Amino acid sequence: MMKRLQLDSDARRGLSQISLPLAFSVLLLAAPLAILLAMSFWTQDFLTLDRTFTLANFKEAWTSPVYRTLMLRSLKISIIVTVLTVGLAYPAAYYMSFVAPNNRKALLVFLITIPFWTSYLMRIFLWKVILGFNGVVNGSLMGLGIIDAPLDWISYNQFAVVITLSHAWLPFAVLPIFVVMEKVNRSYLEAAQDLGDTPFQRFLRITLPLSMPGVVAATLIVFIPTIGDYVTPRLVGGPDGLMIANMIEIQFKNANNAPLGAALALSALVLVSSVAGIYVWLNRRYLQSEGAA
Amino acid sequence: MIKLSKIEKYYGTYHALRDVNCHIKEGEFFSLLGPSGSGKTTLLRTIAGFEGIDSGTVMIGGQSMDGVPANKRPTNMVFQSYAIFPHMSVAQNVAYGLRSQRLDKAKTAEMVEESLGKVGLAGYGERAAHALSGGQRQRVALARALILKPKVLLLDEPLSALDRQLREEMQSELRRLQRSLGITFVLVTHDQEEALTMSDRVAVMFEGQIGQLDTPQALYKHPASKRVAEFFGAMNILKAEIIEVDRDIATTQIEGLGVAELAIPTGASAESAFCVGVRPESMTILDDGEQAYAKETPAIVTDVEYRGEMTYYDVAIEGSGKPVVVSMRNTSNRELREVGQQVRIGWESASAVLLLDQ
Repeated sequence: MMKRLQLDSDARRGLSQISLPLAFSVLLLAAPLAILLAMSFWTQDFLTLDRTFTLANFKEAWTSPVYRTLMLRSLKISIIVTVLTVGLAYPAAYYMSFVAPNNRKALLVFLITIPFWTSYLMRIFLWKVILGFNGVVNGSLMGLGIIDAPLDWISYNQFAVVITLSHAWLPFAVLPIFVVMEKVNRSYLEAAQDLGDTPFQRFLRITLPLSMPGVVAATLIVFIPTIGDYVTPRLVGGPDGLMIANMIEIQFKNANNAPLGAALALSALVLVSSVAGIYVWLNRRYLQSEGAA
Repeated sequence: MIKLSKIEKYYGTYHALRDVNCHIKEGEFFSLLGPSGSGKTTLLRTIAGFEGIDSGTVMIGGQSMDGVPANKRPTNMVFQSYAIFPHMSVAQNVAYGLRSQRLDKAKTAEMVEESLGKVGLAGYGERAAHALSGGQRQRVALARALILKPKVLLLDEPLSALDRQLREEMQSELRRLQRSLGITFVLVTHDQEEALTMSDRVAVMFEGQIGQLDTPQALYKHPASKRVAEFFGAMNILKAEIIEVDRDIATTQIEGLGVAELAIPTGASAESAFCVGVRPESMTILDDGEQAYAKETPAIVTDVEYRGEMTYYDVAIEGSGKPVVVSMRNTSNRELREVGQQVRIGWESASAVLLLDQ
């Protein structure tokens, strides 16, 4: 009896300690999600909401070719951005952690964060200037006589979205990989070499598996926000670069169809979660097989 | 087995290894002993191939290791931190170095189990690396190195992370393992007791140089210099003046004790400064009427430290600046002396060692 009372007081103390952040997350995360979920089962009736339960919004979200195209395009763009970003971030983090001398590391981390000194919108506009019809790239190439007319495939399309997003998210990918690499005990590398590994073999058998947690973190950090990004496609994407988030925005605002917007948002959420889940599962399988190899 | 000649190494301007020469014999348990910063670990890593050298040669098994990377050398290492790969099981760790031999699964498993058996961990193969205790990690590191049948096993302070009891257990086990396998072991340690109990020969290092290289008994009984003497157990260091030299014997006036004929240590030259070392246990506080020693010196007891089987006395001797420590075994009929008591200290020439004052 005493013990139970004690536990209860412990639990009460714990609850009182987390109550504030708990209230915060209920209010700002769970509640909006619940509203979104409820709304997705309703129907917009001009200015009012018809609150009868229906699956029509989801049916439309998953069958209409427009939405499906946008959904798949968003998925494609964010996968390309993620692969590109993490692929570029890994060697950068490797250099920072394993090659650069210790007294340079702080400087390199500092340099990596420099892009954050400018607002994201400014950086998007800079890319518009760089990639635009009369922009830096076209201007230089024409000035040098390499091309006669401006390249039209570098701006206002998916390519521009990919470039802009990759540039914006690169630091977020470098830092988690760098942090995990810093924790890799250097004596593991010496031990692997001592046991006969060439530098490349020991990279595959020791460094890569041990840095995977950082790669997973970087992948999720980049993949999840980019699939829902709507500012970048709007500003540099042109007609062919629009993504699902732009459509969700249109449904909530211009089209005045919040239930359909909610259904699209939830569908995107499910899609992102499943892709991320599959990725984490594949990574776990890889790590297990690496041990066995 | 290992021949090091004229090895010099710098870290920037820091002179880490100075003219290191030594020959480690096949099948020998060899220790590199020294205080931290003496270059012993650097020398071990030089043999393993993790550190380059600025000049000199490393030969292993008659072959020059010049330009041979660590993964191609016939040595394997047990690291101070053990470096057990955390993402692998015990068996995967032990089998790590076998992969290049492309053995089939059954043969690999058999060799892993055999190697684990040698270090007393038979049946532990499926354990995860993080589920091991410190002593078990050490054994896995040993098994992982020994499975490759290296010509030389290098051990970098392997026992320093273990508690006292486990350390003593592992000392005798390492010794037994080395004898039964017949592999050359090179051990780095800062613990003089560890070096004395385990090794066939010990190189004592100071400031990047080998100060003295000999068997444990010789190092203890005939240290060549003051710093080697002080590294092994307790030693009274007394000022000394050489009166006369006859070949390799010096007639020496020892501060407070008197005159003795002592052997001149190796490495001495005409400019060398000397002092004399006397171990506490090689002097005796004489009983009344006892005449067992060739030389006697009167003294006064200034401090008594009882340590169970031994008692350590600080005694003041006329002519000596600081108290001299004399240790006595506590036999059943021997009474403890008291502070202030007048006593006679018995000693002989063999009790004292002439040391280079460095």
